[in-house]
Amino acid sequence: MADIKNLEGMIDSTPIMKDYADIESSALPEYQIDSKIPEGPLAQKWTNYKAHQKLVNPANKRNLDVIVVGTGLAGASAASTLGELGFNVLNFCIQDSPRRAHSIAAQGGINAAKDYQNDGDSIYRLFYDTIKGGDFRSREANVYRLAEVSNNIIDQCVAQGVPFAREYGGLLANRSFGGAQVSRTFYAKGQTGQQLLLGAYASLNRQIKKGTVKSFNRREMLDVVIIDGRARGIIVRNLVTGEIERYAAHAVVLATGGYGRAFFLSTNAMGCNGSAAVQAFKKGAYLANLAFTQIHPTCIPVHGEDQSKLTLMSESLRNDGRIWVPKKKEDAEAIRAGKKKPTDIPDEDRDFYLERRYPAFGNLCPRDIASRAAKERCDAGFGVGTGNAVYLDFKYAINRLGEDVVRDRYGNLFDMYQMISDDNPYETPMMIFPASHYTMGGIWVDYELQTSVKGLFAIGECNFSDHGANRLGASALMQGLADGYFVLPYTMQNYLSDQIKVPHFTTDAKEFDEAEKAVRARIDKLMAIKGTKSPDQIHKRLGHVMWDLVGMGRTLQSLVKALGEIEEVRKEFYSDLRIVGRADDLNTELEKALRLEDFLVIAKMMAIDALNRNESCGAHFREEYQLADGEAARNDKDYMYVSCWKYTGDNEKPVLLKEPLNYTEIKVQTRNYKS
Amino acid sequence: MEHTINVNLKIWRQRGPKEPGSFQTYRVENVSTGSSFLEMLDMLNQQLIDRNEEPVVFDSDCREGICGMCSLYINGHPHGPVQGITTCQLHMRKFNNEDTITIEPWRSAAFPVVRDLMVNRNAFDQIQQAGGYVSFNCGGAPDANSLPISKEVADIAMDSATCIGCGACVAACKNGSAMLFVSAKVSQFALLPQGQVERARRARAMVSKMDELGFGNCTNTGACAAECPKNVPLSNIARLNREFIKAKCAD
Repeated sequence: MADIKNLEGMIDSTPIMKDYADIESSALPEYQIDSKIPEGPLAQKWTNYKAHQKLVNPANKRNLDVIVVGTGLAGASAASTLGELGFNVLNFCIQDSPRRAHSIAAQGGINAAKDYQNDGDSIYRLFYDTIKGGDFRSREANVYRLAEVSNNIIDQCVAQGVPFAREYGGLLANRSFGGAQVSRTFYAKGQTGQQLLLGAYASLNRQIKKGTVKSFNRREMLDVVIIDGRARGIIVRNLVTGEIERYAAHAVVLATGGYGRAFFLSTNAMGCNGSAAVQAFKKGAYLANLAFTQIHPTCIPVHGEDQSKLTLMSESLRNDGRIWVPKKKEDAEAIRAGKKKPTDIPDEDRDFYLERRYPAFGNLCPRDIASRAAKERCDAGFGVGTGNAVYLDFKYAINRLGEDVVRDRYGNLFDMYQMISDDNPYETPMMIFPASHYTMGGIWVDYELQTSVKGLFAIGECNFSDHGANRLGASALMQGLADGYFVLPYTMQNYLSDQIKVPHFTTDAKEFDEAEKAVRARIDKLMAIKGTKSPDQIHKRLGHVMWDLVGMGRTLQSLVKALGEIEEVRKEFYSDLRIVGRADDLNTELEKALRLEDFLVIAKMMAIDALNRNESCGAHFREEYQLADGEAARNDKDYMYVSCWKYTGDNEKPVLLKEPLNYTEIKVQTRNYKS
Repeated sequence: MEHTINVNLKIWRQRGPKEPGSFQTYRVENVSTGSSFLEMLDMLNQQLIDRNEEPVVFDSDCREGICGMCSLYINGHPHGPVQGITTCQLHMRKFNNEDTITIEPWRSAAFPVVRDLMVNRNAFDQIQQAGGYVSFNCGGAPDANSLPISKEVADIAMDSATCIGCGACVAACKNGSAMLFVSAKVSQFALLPQGQVERARRARAMVSKMDELGFGNCTNTGACAAECPKNVPLSNIARLNREFIKAKCAD
């Protein structure tokens, strides 16, 4: 790494990390990580696992109860499949119906290695693209299995009646997505997530009717109950009545999605949260790779302080749109003041900064690069709109292709843009800006998708497993359904096989009493603060800290500052929070406050993880660690590991555990976006 | 350019399903016309919280028009006065300064009010549980391309499958009928080869569950399709009627 640009910026953060991580103790035997990767060559591992795992016979399955928290792609597919197998499943969601989980909002598609286009795709190639896209920070065996089962997912969904897009000959259509040289993405209009989720919801409904799955809506999990070292139940709050309820089972599965709303503004739904992950963390599950958060470059910009969420515009727009800001600061100022329009700026005064900085990839450079470059221009004072926006201009495409062709390709997206912004993108450039979109990090799981707590599993976006430091487009749906339909229903049996003599649990155990008491005490504590600030007001403040200091570009200084500011927000939360209404009643403010309390924990852990990782890789860009040309300076010698954080107490230092990453069938190399 | 407006709100407030409700009036000032309608309600709720009053309860989640969580009957229209969108996609630029806006929950016997503007739509889940699926266990599916389906059929099935289950069709209907919702799912599977085996049973089961849950009869006024935020076409209802009659004749 001779060509590191900013040598004086290369401050070793180890002394600071001493305040947060007791790295020494990770050498102790109880802190050793066992990822349970099966023996054998990579391509045989999953087959070998299935051939040798323990199973539960049909008569015994009826005697075993499994709790699944969440009804998105991972949760609904796991709950329905476990029900089909004959287990008693209890399935929970915070919405009024399982069909509304946020998987429903996924637009683009789902990857699979079908090679229907005869363009050279294979399981190995999908595996390779995913590992490389993740910048060599994901676990090889898990990713290979993901690629392997991807084909089963498409077969399964078609059998369910999911109306995928088709060619005139009647066979399935594919399109291409970023990070791949083949067309392997299956889609249903721009509503692929909706159709896949409704497929899983339909399977779930069939099991609910059969009685194998019991569905509990408008319930929020507030704790995991551990009995003799195993997860045996959950405590939930009934969001309609405010009652605290107990549910027991032989195993607990978390399928609770990502924590992207730590930034307050994100493309996530209003209810998305990281609370289940935090409760699991406090009960002994490790949180892993929290520094890896995907910031998507093409979202509709923030319009003001009253904004509640951000809307994604499909990445496909960058195929024909050119991204620019004014070259002259005075033009940018005039545009922001409403004195000039973008169409008043002649071509020679436009800075097509992606084409300027990355001539080989131009406007189609990867998500993380495009996002950081937009922020750099806006921070330097060249932003348009409110100052945090850049232009995505279709003037050139319309001149080249004609308006009809552009309308045919992007008409529905242009309509959506116009509805939100009231601007006509055929006549004036779109304004876009990056936003928090997906969290690659999450709850640490082993090859069986089991956390470091026995009997507690984590699937879908809420685990850390398959995307490394950066997720490729159309891979989130693939992972959620792979986990739920094809992995967990197997590995769960391996866990439950020696539990068949354990009778159904009741919720009378003292561990349930204690957990419920702790939940009530937590709620009472928040209700008693009686301050002046609503949860949303404090959450917005946290969001600003996270966006400014733990966002697209981080530095040692920004992260240290962030930890201080998160602590200030935390103090404000515990001293000035106001929750109107009662705790034993429907209370949306209390719901927000409980989620925010957990976001404060996640936010701190995100900053600590980013501080520990003295390198740039994937979505984690530490500005001190870049090559002369602005590319990420990855440090495989010191950081080719999964950073796992173990909780040791609310005011104690978390302990860092390292799971080394070994690549046996893939050559580790630098990601190249230039040629 | 965006500017700000002041609006007067008449909002239905109701503590619970069995308790009487009434309209309350509120005023929200300096609302950016670039804000969404639900962000305007967020502003109102912040005002109420600042006065230590309980916020107006309403459902919303994705805020981009796909989850079906948001509802609201705004000035006499489900999802507001603009066609083809959900409430979360409605923006304040569609209103004028000093407008009075009336906001009510979905009003239907089958959707009891939970609190204020939030209703209970479990009846929709129950109808789907009655038969809105293809009975197929995970594992062992044939190769996806072994079943060619014409693009035309797949596209029409997709249009039916687009339903977000928000309940606007029921709210819009003077009879409180759920025919558009039921017909969308029945149509999707009646069109596709995967749905053929259970075609008759599905139509019977879903219609009988709909009747059992207190939804009204369809008199073909077409209000449902006119107010549907996803433009699910009325022709689905014709198809459902045909499917149902065929199933009954076969009995």
